[in-house]
Amino acid sequence: MRAAIESHVLTAAIDKPAAPAFNCAPCTHLPRKSTVPFMASETLVEVRGLSRFYGDVQAINNISFDICQGDVLGFLGPNGAGKTTTMQIISGNLAPSEGSVTIAGHDLLEEPRAAKAAIGYLPEQPPIYRELTVDEYLDYCAALNRIPRTQRKTARETAKEKCGLHGVGRRLIGNLSKGYRQRVGLAQAIIHLPPVVILDEPTIGLDPIQIREIRHLIRSLGKDHGVILSTHILPEVQASCNRVQIINQGSLVLNDSIDGLSRHMKSTSLFVAFRQRPELALLEQLKGVKAAHHNGENRVQIVHELEADPTEEVIKLAAEKQWGLYEIKPQTVSLEEIFVELTTEEPPPEETEA
Amino acid sequence: MIATIAMRELRGMFLSPLAWAIFVVVQVILAFMFLSNIEQYLILQPQLLAIDNAPGVTELIVGRLFGSAAIVLLLVVPLLTMRLISEERRNRTLSLLFSAPISMTEIVLGKYLGALAFVGLLLALIALMPLSLFAVANLDVGILLSSLLGLGLLLAGFIAVGLFMSTLTQYPAVASVTTFGVLLLFWLLDWSGAGSSENGNVLAYLSSLRHYEPFLRGVFDSADAVYHVLFIATFLLLSIHRLDVDRLRG
Repeated sequence: MRAAIESHVLTAAIDKPAAPAFNCAPCTHLPRKSTVPFMASETLVEVRGLSRFYGDVQAINNISFDICQGDVLGFLGPNGAGKTTTMQIISGNLAPSEGSVTIAGHDLLEEPRAAKAAIGYLPEQPPIYRELTVDEYLDYCAALNRIPRTQRKTARETAKEKCGLHGVGRRLIGNLSKGYRQRVGLAQAIIHLPPVVILDEPTIGLDPIQIREIRHLIRSLGKDHGVILSTHILPEVQASCNRVQIINQGSLVLNDSIDGLSRHMKSTSLFVAFRQRPELALLEQLKGVKAAHHNGENRVQIVHELEADPTEEVIKLAAEKQWGLYEIKPQTVSLEEIFVELTTEEPPPEETEA
Repeated sequence: MIATIAMRELRGMFLSPLAWAIFVVVQVILAFMFLSNIEQYLILQPQLLAIDNAPGVTELIVGRLFGSAAIVLLLVVPLLTMRLISEERRNRTLSLLFSAPISMTEIVLGKYLGALAFVGLLLALIALMPLSLFAVANLDVGILLSSLLGLGLLLAGFIAVGLFMSTLTQYPAVASVTTFGVLLLFWLLDWSGAGSSENGNVLAYLSSLRHYEPFLRGVFDSADAVYHVLFIATFLLLSIHRLDVDRLRG
């Protein structure tokens, strides 16, 4: 497909075992954040060959992936890519046209009760009753999730603690601000301590401080639960997740860990600025340099091999020749660029061609 | 689990002013009818004494009261049941129930029993009116009990229809209007084939009125009771099916 991606972003990705094989079979290869205590990673969610039609429209097409304990999986995609449909299927709100979902070892269609007991779901719009108080609502959710009567109070208090709902227990949900309602929705999703938490755009409509708090909460959830998080906000994925999946027009186009992704984001070119005009021929002779172009007045773009970064040599050469190097920076590829490249049909403009 | 949903539904009704308004309206209208029935009875009493085998006080007052109560509640029940599922669907709270470890059957039965409990309270308030007559007259307890049972069964059927209509839409008003339409139709089916033969036809047999009236005369026919039970079961099964389809179609 897109020549630009081939040349730039995904050349590295293709050699990696994880990236193009969308069925990431064993979870053990996934890099884990150091904050997560290592445990025998257990596959919590197995999605296999999931498809869904709405009439003739195919919303998602043959999606497969896994979620393990300790994963915070970012589910990225433009509007209408099928994020919400996938989430609704995993949470049991929608039946798939084809494929299977297994949650904590229970098939969602064969044993819905056992499977649903293992998930907590926060839809795009939190499912709250405005006429109830926070405590009443959470007690009801605890009862719906079959928490024994004697443990409901503890479960409710723990969930409130985690979601920062101190002191609003007796207030009507309808009178709370949007951020607090979102937290109530989140508390509802984790009240029964489900192994899997599914969050559909959890930070939508919140102010920046609330967004930071919710992200912090999601990261801390990732310690004990497997989390799936859908969003179209890219920094959110970088901030909260350790794995990322990009979905476009119903198909998965990328499935990788954030660490793997940041390796792909490493650049293959440098931008260098000099006081004096440098000689391109000399730069091109350096080890690993493929080409050097002028890029404005006394600025040079150096394209190099992926494995050989010529930064030190460039600096040394510039010092010898007294070109007055005052700026050198690798060209970085942001998640946004990868996202745009994977989700647009036409090759994006010039810059990535480099 | 069913009880949890039913309790939540019942409490939810009392959190809105609608429930209280319905209590007041039904009670005021029926009290007015009850009092005018008594007044008419007092006027007619001397003539009744002259007739052999004249209808008693229970039939004339209680029977007529429960006859009108059925009509009033036919108007009121759609307002009670309209929100059951449609409002949850509209506020997107249905996903809370769908992603919890409970079956569609439990959701439907919970909702149904919640509404039934509310109507039970309403029925208890209505029953207080004839009970007050015990102070001044000898009532036929059999007729009173069979009338109560008949009205209870009839209302249980009304609620089942209302619940089903509520699963079909996300607009409470639409659920209310269609419920009312269906209930009225079932009530009026009795007209079908009227005047042709003694028993009417199959359509008339399906009429809910036809299976309610015997209760008011103190006649308990198990066929009538079975009619109501089947009527309720049909609409509950349809509701469960409809929610399942919801998941399939999205």
